[in-house]
Amino acid sequence: MIVYQARDLACVRGGRLVFQDVSFDLVPGAALRVVGPNGSGKSSLLRLIAGLSRPFDGRCGWRREADDDGRDPIALIGHANGQKPALTPLEDLTFWARLADRREAPARARLALEGFGLAPLADTPQRYLSQGQKRRAALARLLVAPSRLWLLDEPTVGLDSGAVGLLEGQVRRHLEGGGMVVASTHLSFDLPDAATLDMADHQPAEAW
Amino acid sequence: MSGFFLLLRREIVLALRGGTDAGVALAFFVIAVTLFPFGLGPEPNLLARIAPGVLWVAALLAALLSLERLFQGDADDGVIEVHLARGTGLEVVAFAKMVAHWLVTGLPLVLVSPVLAAMLGLPSRGYLILLATLLVGTPVLSLVGGIGAALTIGARRGGALLALLVLPLLVPPLIFAVGAIDAVLQGLSARANLLLLGGLLAAALPLAPVAAAAAMRQAVE
Repeated sequence: MIVYQARDLACVRGGRLVFQDVSFDLVPGAALRVVGPNGSGKSSLLRLIAGLSRPFDGRCGWRREADDDGRDPIALIGHANGQKPALTPLEDLTFWARLADRREAPARARLALEGFGLAPLADTPQRYLSQGQKRRAALARLLVAPSRLWLLDEPTVGLDSGAVGLLEGQVRRHLEGGGMVVASTHLSFDLPDAATLDMADHQPAEAW
Repeated sequence: MSGFFLLLRREIVLALRGGTDAGVALAFFVIAVTLFPFGLGPEPNLLARIAPGVLWVAALLAALLSLERLFQGDADDGVIEVHLARGTGLEVVAFAKMVAHWLVTGLPLVLVSPVLAAMLGLPSRGYLILLATLLVGTPVLSLVGGIGAALTIGARRGGALLALLVLPLLVPPLIFAVGAIDAVLQGLSARANLLLLGGLLAAALPLAPVAAAAAMRQAVE
């Protein structure tokens, strides 16, 4: 079994201690909801897990027992959507699909777009999409490249209730398939059986 | 390796579709070179004498002009973060961008340079060596300039900073390239200068992507 472990993580940004003593385990099928007030380090934690920055203290990473099934370990949906305005959603997703696995990449990209209700806009350059549609296209990236751990940073920003429902369905399917999810989100987003990590509990003691 | 060609194709599509950078660089190259006859007067001997230097300096500045946004777009759009999270080697990403930059801006510069050389009255025996130095040298501009572009991700007035960072590093290729052309014009062998220019390319090919990748990591942290 493969486990993602974080132990006593601390994060410093701009010379300020943002959070400390964050520990959690993620087993296949587990979801973690990260909550907390603005500036409590939700995004910083996700960036740390994604490997974009290094922990100031503590450690995090995979503990695996020799069962690498070839999936990209981590997929990140951050604040920026990670898509090129000049490309159509289909082109952009086909690229990511190919990068993961060449076989039938365009078909997989189309399927992913259908999964988020974007099939009619598959050939519209992304610069002409609305905020919510861009977000949907970014989320569709989760489906073209199988990843073990989904990191969702406020995934519902800009989404209408229909799209939130689609995302909840995809997340549920991912978890049922043995995936893992860490999402920083408010409570209106339904994460089945998610443990909750409240960043407010991990703030450094006030300086005295 | 297949990832490299995927990235390269994507970068070329993006450069041809979205950006006007490539066309601007080429137009800048043509206009900058054209200014010299106006500024110096139509003195054939003088123009022929300075043609190699003018062409090379203009190519250098044109390449620099188009480098400013080489990595900035991906940084703004969050693409670098997606690559980092999924584990794409940023070295491969950087290398693909540099190669695409050369194909889209460097190669056209090389191709129009004989026309401009004719305008400046470069003696005919200098054409082949001019093309050779540009073919070997413009990739160095894309590679070394790419390091500067990665270092200036997120910098305000990144273009000016990029020029300050990169231009001193591009003095050696300039010297060797113009030296090679001058040698041929004077009936000497260009071998030494060409080999040194090739050496710079051979060093920049593996090192520049690594340096640019480190700068990209730093930029998104």
